[in-house]
Amino acid sequence: MIKRPNVSLSDGEIELARKRLGREPNDIEWAMLDVMWSEHCCYKSSRKWLKLFPVDGKNVLLGVGDDCGVVKFDDRWGIAIGMESHNHPSAIEPVAGAATGIGGIVRDVLSKGAKPIACIDSLRLGDIKHDERSKYLFENIVKGIADYGNTIGIPTIGGEAEFDKSFNKNPLVNVVCIGLVDKDRIVHGSAPVAGDTMMLVGSKTGRDGIHGVTFASEELSGSSEEASRPAVQIEDPFSEKLLIDSFVEIFQTDAVRGCKDLGGGGFTCATSEIVHKGGKGALIDIDKIHLREPNMELWEIILSETQERMMLIVKKGCEGEVEKILDKWDVPHARIGVVTEGDRYIIKHNDKVIVNMPTHMLAEGPLFDRKAEPIPKRVIVKPKIKDLKKHLISLLKDPNMASKKWIYEQYDNEVQARTVIKPGQDGSVTRITDKEGAVLGTGCNSHHCALDPYGGAKGALAEAVRNVIAVGGEPLAIVDCLNFGNPEKPRAFWQFKTAAEGLAEAAKAFEIPVVSGNVSFYNESEGKPINPSPIVTVLGKVALDRTMTMGIKDEGDDIILIGETKPELGESPKVSLESEKKVDWMMLRLIENQSVGAAHDLSKGGLGVGLALMAFKRDIGFDVDISKMAEGIPEAEKLFSESHGRFVVVTKYAKGVLDAAEKYGVKAQVIGKTGGDKLSYGPFSVSLKEAKKAWENGLEDLII
Amino acid sequence: MIGVLEFPGSNCDYDVLRALQDVVKTEARMVFFKNQDLSDLDGLVVPGGFSYGDHLRAGAIAAKMEVMDKVKVLAAQSKPVLGICNGFQILCESGLLPGALTRNTSMKFICKWVKLEVQNSTSAFTNLYKKGEIVNMPIAHGEGRYFCDDNTLKELKKNNQIAFAYNGENPNGSVENIAGVCNREGNVLGLMPHPERSSEKLLGGEDGRRIFEAMVNHIKSKK
Repeated sequence: MIKRPNVSLSDGEIELARKRLGREPNDIEWAMLDVMWSEHCCYKSSRKWLKLFPVDGKNVLLGVGDDCGVVKFDDRWGIAIGMESHNHPSAIEPVAGAATGIGGIVRDVLSKGAKPIACIDSLRLGDIKHDERSKYLFENIVKGIADYGNTIGIPTIGGEAEFDKSFNKNPLVNVVCIGLVDKDRIVHGSAPVAGDTMMLVGSKTGRDGIHGVTFASEELSGSSEEASRPAVQIEDPFSEKLLIDSFVEIFQTDAVRGCKDLGGGGFTCATSEIVHKGGKGALIDIDKIHLREPNMELWEIILSETQERMMLIVKKGCEGEVEKILDKWDVPHARIGVVTEGDRYIIKHNDKVIVNMPTHMLAEGPLFDRKAEPIPKRVIVKPKIKDLKKHLISLLKDPNMASKKWIYEQYDNEVQARTVIKPGQDGSVTRITDKEGAVLGTGCNSHHCALDPYGGAKGALAEAVRNVIAVGGEPLAIVDCLNFGNPEKPRAFWQFKTAAEGLAEAAKAFEIPVVSGNVSFYNESEGKPINPSPIVTVLGKVALDRTMTMGIKDEGDDIILIGETKPELGESPKVSLESEKKVDWMMLRLIENQSVGAAHDLSKGGLGVGLALMAFKRDIGFDVDISKMAEGIPEAEKLFSESHGRFVVVTKYAKGVLDAAEKYGVKAQVIGKTGGDKLSYGPFSVSLKEAKKAWENGLEDLII
Repeated sequence: MIGVLEFPGSNCDYDVLRALQDVVKTEARMVFFKNQDLSDLDGLVVPGGFSYGDHLRAGAIAAKMEVMDKVKVLAAQSKPVLGICNGFQILCESGLLPGALTRNTSMKFICKWVKLEVQNSTSAFTNLYKKGEIVNMPIAHGEGRYFCDDNTLKELKKNNQIAFAYNGENPNGSVENIAGVCNREGNVLGLMPHPERSSEKLLGGEDGRRIFEAMVNHIKSKK
């Protein structure tokens, strides 16, 4: 009887590994397989379902399968875009966890030969009203993002945050980064030429982040905070900044063949995947790796997830050119191996072979067909709203809807002098050329997803698309981060599976390709799963003289509600992809031909909250009458239902907007006029000042 | 030719270069901190960022680099030297400007647009503003709380060295709302707000551009 190796793989996987190798792997090989076959690295539960996504399109320069995607922006530029979660580390060590999350996705973008130019974050946090730990996690996650992002000089230009008790012990930190790359100079995470040099660049390898990926592939428990701290990586934004600056310079040479970030799975993952992708093998001398401290064990070196490291595949003979640039920036580097013909991944130590496996065995983990068991639909309890005015104020104050200024003012959102539409709008815009900008919009209502993961996922994409449209952007590509519970539990897995189906269906209907993404499972603590959160970000493109914002600019303009309001209060609203598309296309035309002066997508808090936000931007109120709209449904539904497919626009050309709506077959109705210092809804009104105060201080009051 | 001094960790370097080259349309080049000859330069900008990761204190390590001796020579030659944000911190740490910049009273990084009152309208950088004019520029810093002792403050006032003061809200707890100071001669200016981010209407305002324009005019007038 052979002893069971000390790995987190299942008995079946252990048998499979022995069979594939044809012998008993040694301890180091087991440790490497443990990492590479983890959920985090090989997507063994999710891969089957991710195949549903549409991934091709005329603008896709580099699609799924690399560390991030690249989308064609114009005839010269490509936009590299990636999205990643760093949930478990942020639950244990919020500052380091969130910071290293930024670092990781920024390096993914950098590794494509791109200069990183903007980030946005989606956060899911606990009930900060009642739970002290959640408050602590919230404040420190924001601090981690700020400290790191600000130091590396990449603006955080937008994002979103939700608060719910299901995230008390397991917050979500999802980060999107985009970068600018000459579309003819995209670098791949691949080593296709034998004889090229494998160069490990960046921070010295230390003892941090060991077993990071296996920790990310388990549920959190009461003892996680103590036990898993060594699995959290330590951030060093200054080293990251030097990596960025030196790599931008290196990529201007022709010395580089391939590049990959050392992230989850560290050295093992980066080296094996990059050579495997090129159909090659590797011969590595572990003694060449530059270390932070002496006497590190071999397995520690191999499993370390020390941050701010990159794997460069340098063309044979060009090493000196690369090293000269690295030396200029004082970035450490080491030639650790060569790319070899064949399918062998070999590591030597003191001239002895210590690892010898087929490369594909590491890079191609097992695939599972997990069981899914539907969760019975919850009975919808309609909230009883007695006082509309009080309810509006309480919504504005709620951290989910209140101003996120407290968060985004801690982020440098303007460095690089590109940010055209700043945080606090539906979408964000960053300048790419003198004429055009890139747009980022994001969406996911985790509460809706808990009620109906399939419809909620469709809604997440619909909302992200609307956020791009609302600032005038035409959608180009999707990235996603699918955050779910334990996939080994059939009900949690069903949530994932059905959400993936919903997202795939919506992406196909919108005809927008998914170019990159990430799946984060095991978001449970002490047996309780989070609200499922398929968070979606849409990249778009806008002419800089045609951008749009939500604020009311003038008095006396007409306010038009576009789209259909249904009585969906307290439910997960249904998405009609057909009508959603019609509304979106019409809106894009209206903004393009300058028919509207302000536009805002309706989501959380419905029309009531949406209109208020439009008034707060420049302190201009409105006078609308909701009695005429959506006849036959209760006033509370008219005000607070979160029906999809809706925008509010402000215009001087009401007739033109209504005519367009008729042409497109979209519902549109003038509901009132802008002006004054009140928010007048018809049945009640509230002073703009009072409402704005509730909204502005809602979040901050909970923290101080 | 205006130089933009690049330390490891500088991150507003290319923003300043763009403002000089594309917005103000003047000749400018990057100056890497190692082994540089500054003799061709008519002026210099020390840009914002996190030189040396803000380790020790913001600006403290950069201020000790050899290149700063050459910057002091430029300043002594009456050439305009502008420090923005981290550049201001470096100029204070290196003794080119009086005072120091400490942690914001909120202990948090703050990124927002603020109103500034122009208090000195005669320096090489501020002579295109009117005294008392209120202008808009963004700040983005964690250590921007200007501090100096009472004697220095008296001197600053007496010599008209307070270039900009926060108007309305004081975002970081600076003494006397100070946002920017210049040397006695008016050819060295440091300020926490970012003129390079407020040089184009597209980015939210263009009040900052006049600092660069005045700098360019000053250089031309010397030639």
